[in-house]
Amino acid sequence: MDMKVAKKKLGLKEKYRLMTRDLGWEPTYRAKDEVFPYVNYEGIKVHDWDKWEDPFRLTMDSYWKYQAEKERKFYAIIDAHAQNNGHLNITDARYLSALKIFLQAISPGEYAAHKGFARVGREFPGVGTQVACQMQAIDEIRHAQTQIHALSNYNKYYDGFHAFADARDRIWYTSVARSFFDDAMSAGPFEFMIAIGFSFEYVLTNLLFVPFMSGAAYNGDMATVTFGFSAQSDEARHMTLGLECIKFMLEQDPDNLPIVQGWLDKWFWRGFRVLGLVSTMMDYMLPKRVMSWREAWEIYGVENGGALFKDLARYGIRPPKGWDDAEKAIDHMSHQFMLGLYQWSFGTSFHSWIPSDEDMDWLSAKYPTTFDKYYRPRWDHIRKLAAAGTPFKNFGLAKLCQTCQLPVVFTEPDDATMSCHRETEYKGEKYHFCSDGCQHIFDNEPEKYVQAWLPMPSLFQELNGDIGAWMNWVGLRDGEDNGDFVGSRDQRNFDQWRGMATSNL
Amino acid sequence: MSTVFIALQANEETRPIIEAIEIDNPLAVVNRQPAMVKIDAPNRLVIRKETIEEQIGREFDLQELHINLITLGGNVTEDEDSLTLSWAE
Repeated sequence: MDMKVAKKKLGLKEKYRLMTRDLGWEPTYRAKDEVFPYVNYEGIKVHDWDKWEDPFRLTMDSYWKYQAEKERKFYAIIDAHAQNNGHLNITDARYLSALKIFLQAISPGEYAAHKGFARVGREFPGVGTQVACQMQAIDEIRHAQTQIHALSNYNKYYDGFHAFADARDRIWYTSVARSFFDDAMSAGPFEFMIAIGFSFEYVLTNLLFVPFMSGAAYNGDMATVTFGFSAQSDEARHMTLGLECIKFMLEQDPDNLPIVQGWLDKWFWRGFRVLGLVSTMMDYMLPKRVMSWREAWEIYGVENGGALFKDLARYGIRPPKGWDDAEKAIDHMSHQFMLGLYQWSFGTSFHSWIPSDEDMDWLSAKYPTTFDKYYRPRWDHIRKLAAAGTPFKNFGLAKLCQTCQLPVVFTEPDDATMSCHRETEYKGEKYHFCSDGCQHIFDNEPEKYVQAWLPMPSLFQELNGDIGAWMNWVGLRDGEDNGDFVGSRDQRNFDQWRGMATSNL
Repeated sequence: MSTVFIALQANEETRPIIEAIEIDNPLAVVNRQPAMVKIDAPNRLVIRKETIEEQIGREFDLQELHINLITLGGNVTEDEDSLTLSWAE
């Protein structure tokens, strides 16, 4: 006799157990150590992989459903952007510089993160971890693709977008982000999770994506807002995975604490240096600004980062070693780095400019203790030189930090008039650093960082110092992609096309 | 005391969700920024399925939040009925 039974809907926990945990199996043909050969050498001790749980309990079927919906929303807006002359609706063509840096430095980082998560998803034995890493690997390749796709609409009209992949591998300021991801991808699986999943995603991506994307909305760029927020909706899951990973390691064995703390110290500082690029985008490159770099740091660094480290104190974790130096650098870094980008603008595949009076008034209001004292006088001087027909241009090459690969342009944490420079001698060679943080990272793993590929030495090793040949090699067209915004083709075209779009002449 | 937060895209789908969060969390502060809404709360914030359903007048799967979620801060605990963000006291 058949009984009618109402089909019971699975609860979230049960569904997660059936559709994630039950996908795993114990290997019998080979020993587990042979199947997962990279999981022990970093010294992290794990006793029970089943303790790893995704707090969102997202299963693969739901994942596809929600990601598909995100994609449909994304492409609806991208199509509208292309159909409505979206490239003319931005506030000002100066804004494009921020997009160019994003495409050259950040989007390829998404692709690198995809490769990294695909790899660690294979290297971790726990099935909860494997599934979460698989989702993140797919997310990251989606981010790279949607960003490149969205920005390809700008490439049809403006300079500096066309060679982002070569720029990423070869230009000096993009090698900052490249070296960050290369460093993470050549680390072991647990260190990779701390580098990307925890330090980058949890502590730092808010500073990159949230205020900057809100800024894109302010500047009329719906395409970028859309890829930014579409990516960021995955980011919330990634942050949770990163936090889960760190708690998991700390709960599994007390011996893991010093290893985890060491990685936190390292990757906080690595990530903070990558954000040097973002600070200039926020303070200088958005024609209409939402908040300053300092204000964003207050919310997402001090408040949120502070809350996080207070929460982790129950495991014995303390804030990362470079935390105080970072706080001291906040009111200086965007100004110091923008002055660097301006003077080396022959070698950037985007335009820079001297801030206007209005821009400088905004900066002095946002940076009351530093801008008028240290940076306005320099910009005033640079402006005088430009007016006299002798613009301040540096055709020399910047000295790069061996660890973060930024030019050594920052000052001592406690003295903004003194250039900060550190040196280590290792096996008869001298290595240069921008900060104590970067020097410590090198000193802990010198054999890794002596192998770093740096753009400046390579210019001489590979191209005999020929700048023209270097420009060809990195895909930079002299007089079009680089130099001052004033007088650039981007400026001319934008003004002319916008005039045509808003009048009948 | 530490602040937990959740940020959602500002759109028609999230308007009733934000209203539901305000109902369930009297201490929450809603900050409206270009294209996004960031909701802060001291130590703890709860998002309840039932309150959202009352606002929108249909069934709501809490995982639908993922579509419009921008970012969050705090430890996440989720089951069918609620999603909680919290920092250790």
